[in-house]
Amino acid sequence: MLGWVKAVVFFLSLAPLARLGWLGVHGGLGANPIEFITHSLGTWTLVFLLLTLAITPLRRWLHVPALVRLRRMLGLYAFFYAALHFVPYLWLDQFFDWAAIAKDVVKRPFITAGFAALLLLAPLAATSTTGMIRRLGAKRWQRLHYLIYPAAIVAVLHYLWLVKQDLTQPLFYAAALAILLGYRVAGHFRRRWRSADT
Amino acid sequence: MPTNAPGNIQPSEITPRAVYLQRRRFLQVAALSAAAGWLPLSAEAGVKLTTTGKSPLSTSEPPTPLKEITHYNNFYEFGVDKFSPAQRAGSLITHPWNVAVEGEIRRPNVYSIETLMKLAPLEDRIYRLRCVEGWSMVIPWVGFPLNALIRQVEPTGNAKFVEFTTLYDPEQMPGQRSPVLSWPYVEALRLDEAMHPLTLLAVGLYGEVLPNQNGAPLRLVTPWKYGFKSIKSIVNIRFVEHRPTTTWMKASSREYGFYANVNLHIDHPRWSQAKERRIGEFFKRDTLLFNGYAEQVASLYRGMDLKKHF
Ligand code: HEM
Repeated sequence: MLGWVKAVVFFLSLAPLARLGWLGVHGGLGANPIEFITHSLGTWTLVFLLLTLAITPLRRWLHVPALVRLRRMLGLYAFFYAALHFVPYLWLDQFFDWAAIAKDVVKRPFITAGFAALLLLAPLAATSTTGMIRRLGAKRWQRLHYLIYPAAIVAVLHYLWLVKQDLTQPLFYAAALAILLGYRVAGHFRRRWRSADT
Repeated sequence: MPTNAPGNIQPSEITPRAVYLQRRRFLQVAALSAAAGWLPLSAEAGVKLTTTGKSPLSTSEPPTPLKEITHYNNFYEFGVDKFSPAQRAGSLITHPWNVAVEGEIRRPNVYSIETLMKLAPLEDRIYRLRCVEGWSMVIPWVGFPLNALIRQVEPTGNAKFVEFTTLYDPEQMPGQRSPVLSWPYVEALRLDEAMHPLTLLAVGLYGEVLPNQNGAPLRLVTPWKYGFKSIKSIVNIRFVEHRPTTTWMKASSREYGFYANVNLHIDHPRWSQAKERRIGEFFKRDTLLFNGYAEQVASLYRGMDLKKHF
């Protein structure tokens, strides 16, 4: 049963990429296809980050603890889309000019934040295999993977800082992230409160 | 005589054939000339305009295709993304359309769009357009120099700036219901910038009346400045003594200055202005000082610190 669900989620998660391919073939990417692709991939990176963070609250609310088995795949998809989102910047905007990229990362806050998000996600993707969990030990592995919290925060900052004027979209994602992080903060205090009680 | 009585008498039956054919020819010619713009009766998008031909101020670069120019627009009055204006600008009524010209001038007047279109010979002007966001196009405008209008209204000695205002009507421009900018949209030029031969009042695109999403029926074009200076759907032109505060200055004076001259050396606080993506091209190209119009316009800013007056 779970195998099936995993397979379905795996293929559904490729749909955003398939859509871009389809639009590309049918001339549906508009006048500025590179911008369209960059924006679409960036948006989906953020969506996958938030979906990954939503697994823990969802498995409690829905009483489906097995949902956790989807979390690693969703997190890997977040990194997959982040890496693809970085490609047009690296190749078409900067043409692999690492000195220019370094200058850009320092100079432009939204690039700083985006870059930081990508760097924070990289070790999580690299340690996503079962072998790595075993090698690091569950405790250390889990502590390392708390990096998804700062990664998601700087990703939302990246979006807030790049928008020209209309903040509706980035604020929507910021609110979603605040709820997901708020859930964890509340849980933390609830646990402390309870342990203080006993 | 009741000529429209039942019985369907054809004109050919009561008019000698030669006269009838001649009359028909006249009507055909009249219809064709109206369509070709010799009788500019209507300012509806798509109507052909007659011009004096390509102005020598034109660039020889290949123009961006019409589809791209009309489907990738920043026109917040119809939504903040690039695709909304093409979908939603149909609600704008461009006919009838009046433009009030007032302020520090001797001959204030309200001009109909038809009068404005006959104020000076229309020219084809192929200009580069560089958006502050870092993309660019090459656009074959149809219009006439703003200085033709300015000469006619005779500015007084107090006129130092020219302020332009877009229509305010949330019924027609639904984007104005959102407080994303302070409405109506206002832009302005220094009088000498407004008098510059490059400064155009555009009424058309690719030889036809402007599509609504491109700022119909009358818009400004200042090709050496970022696109947001080229205000669309103008209803008011006012000559003033003091420098107006423009809409984007109000939105963020740190990011958008009064001059907004294209300048590769002065970055927007949040992104670089050194390069641009020409629509239709894959890699970015270098941005040129004053968008490549330095030879014509640099003298306007002689002695000014462009870093301060950005
Ligand atoms: C986890 C990592 C990242 C996330 C979640 C993310 C997310 C986003 C989002 C949501 C957008 C805007 C989409 C829209 O406007 O519809 C965007 C745009 C953009 N991102 Fe990222 N991003 C990430 C990493 C990066 C990195 C590493 C770079 C490059 C160094 C980068 C460069 C850009 C650029 C250039 C844009 C377009 C800006 C514009 O068109 O004005 N991003 N990103």
